[in-house]
This record gives sequence, C-alpha cells and structure tokens, in this order.
Amino acid sequence: MNIDFEINIYHEDYHNAGSASSEIKKYLTQLGLNPKFIRKIVISSYEAEMNIVIHSLGGKLKLDIIGNHIILTSIDKGPGIRDIKMALTEGFSTASKKVREMGFGAGMGLPNMKKNSDKFEIKSSPKGTIVRLSWVIE
Amino acid sequence: MMKVRRLIEDPAFELVTGRDLDREIKDFYSGDLLSWVMSHAKENNAWCTVLTHVNIVAVSALLNLSCIIICEDAEIELATIEKAKKENVNVVKTSLNTVEVIQKMISYG
Ligand SMILES: Nc1ncnc2c1ncn2[C@@H]1O[C@H](COP(=O)(O)OP(=O)(O)O)[C@@H](O)[C@H]1O
Ligand SMILES: [Mg+2]
Repeated sequence: MNIDFEINIYHEDYHNAGSASSEIKKYLTQLGLNPKFIRKIVISSYEAEMNIVIHSLGGKLKLDIIGNHIILTSIDKGPGIRDIKMALTEGFSTASKKVREMGFGAGMGLPNMKKNSDKFEIKSSPKGTIVRLSWVIE
Repeated sequence: MMKVRRLIEDPAFELVTGRDLDREIKDFYSGDLLSWVMSHAKENNAWCTVLTHVNIVAVSALLNLSCIIICEDAEIELATIEKAKKENVNVVKTSLNTVEVIQKMISYG
C-alpha cells in the first residue's frame, strides 16, 4: 500500500482547527486499523495541527503510508522554535493569554506527540518547523 | 449505563444542541486543558468543562465523546453551537460545577 495526502492548515484558523485530524481519523478508520492505534495517531495529529494554527504562520499536515509504516509530517512556514529542548519540556509554552483562555497552551503538545509515536523527529529554523512522526502499523 | 437523554430529563441540565440522545454515557471526564482532555478522555465519556470555545467541538468529535457538559453557566459562543450542530456533537449545559455534576450522577445510582 502506498497512499499519501496533504491538508493545508492556516494560522489562527480556530474555526476549522481539528478538521485535518478528523480527515486523518476517517481515513485510518476506513483502513480498519485498531482503534487504540488510531487514537495515538489522532492525538498526535491534533497536537501538530494546533501547533501550526497557534504558533506558526501556516503550513500543512502530510500523511504517508509506506509499507507497514505510517508517517505523519507537519511542515510550516516559520517562525520556528528558538529552543527545541525547552519546547520539548512538559509544561513549557509560549502561548498567549488569549490562546490559554481557549484551553490551549498546556505545553503538552510536543511531549504528547513524542509519547504517542514510535519515532519522533523535529527540525526547526526561522524558515519553518518540520515534525516527523512515524508508527509501525500494529 | 445511562443515556444522554436521561441526563437532560433532570431539570439541572439543559440540552443546547444534539440529536443523538440515545448515546450511552460511559464515565465522566473533567478538564479545561485541551491537551489533557485529548490524551486522557475516552470514547463515550461525558466531558465536563467550562471551556466554550469552538475547539471543544473538534475535540469531542475526534474522541467520539458522548456529550459535552458545559458547567457553571459558562456562556456558550454561537459558533460553538453551530459547529456542534454540524458535527452532530451533543452539548448540554448546567449551572452545576463538575463536582456537583458527579455527585448528582452518584445519587442516580
Ligand atoms: N510549529 C511551531 N512553530 C513555532 N513554535 C512552535 C511550534 N510548535 C511548538 N512551538 C513552540 O513550542 C512550545 C511548546 O509546544 P507544545 O508542547 O505543543 O505546547 P503548547 O502548544 O501548549 O504551547 C510552544 O509554546 C511554542 O513556543
Ligand atoms: Mg501545542
């Protein structure tokens, strides 16, 4: 099997936020994968999606299935993460007060992606951030 | 197990929107931090929160929760109600706080 799709995500588009993850969930459900396994991917994609909405200038989520691997890639247009080590610390967040009032900014997004994936890679520069998550299909 | 319908028969709860009232509630979850809810709430939970922003609908739909219970008379944004209708997410409101909701559920037995 070899599928891939991409979904664009826009800065501060709270109204549609979550719809990319919803597409991903629908797709994985159609494939008949184990719901517990799907849950891990959906938790991760939601966090990645929200990070693009909240912290970036916009970007996209990409889902690839290659052989028995599922690969979720989040790519955005910047401004990047200044200190990745800090960003990976549970509870660390630069979210504004306004965003926190909406229930975001727990500082658990990147840690949750790491926890829920088999492999977690992150690269960032002022030009953009790439988070690549992968799973071996259970 | 109880259904969402049973909840709104109680005058303490009011249905804001929802068509799927025969959905079973399997345990309650309470939280106002979306990352926590996302990683801890389980399918068919009823979710007690004071968040009312449109993003609670996406979280509920992604986790396949049975309903959102907006506590303490928190004012619900119109966009949230519209999105919940569109996504077929049940939303209930109450003046009770989370602890009071749970106490009430225990009293139902
Ligand atoms: N795509 C991104 N672009 C820029 N900064 C980001 C991005 N993703 C995460 N960050 C930074 O890393 C921090 C931690 O992210 P995360 O763990 O998801 O927590 P939260 O989103 O709740 O702040 C964010 O507050 C932000 O400063
Ligand atoms: Mg985040």
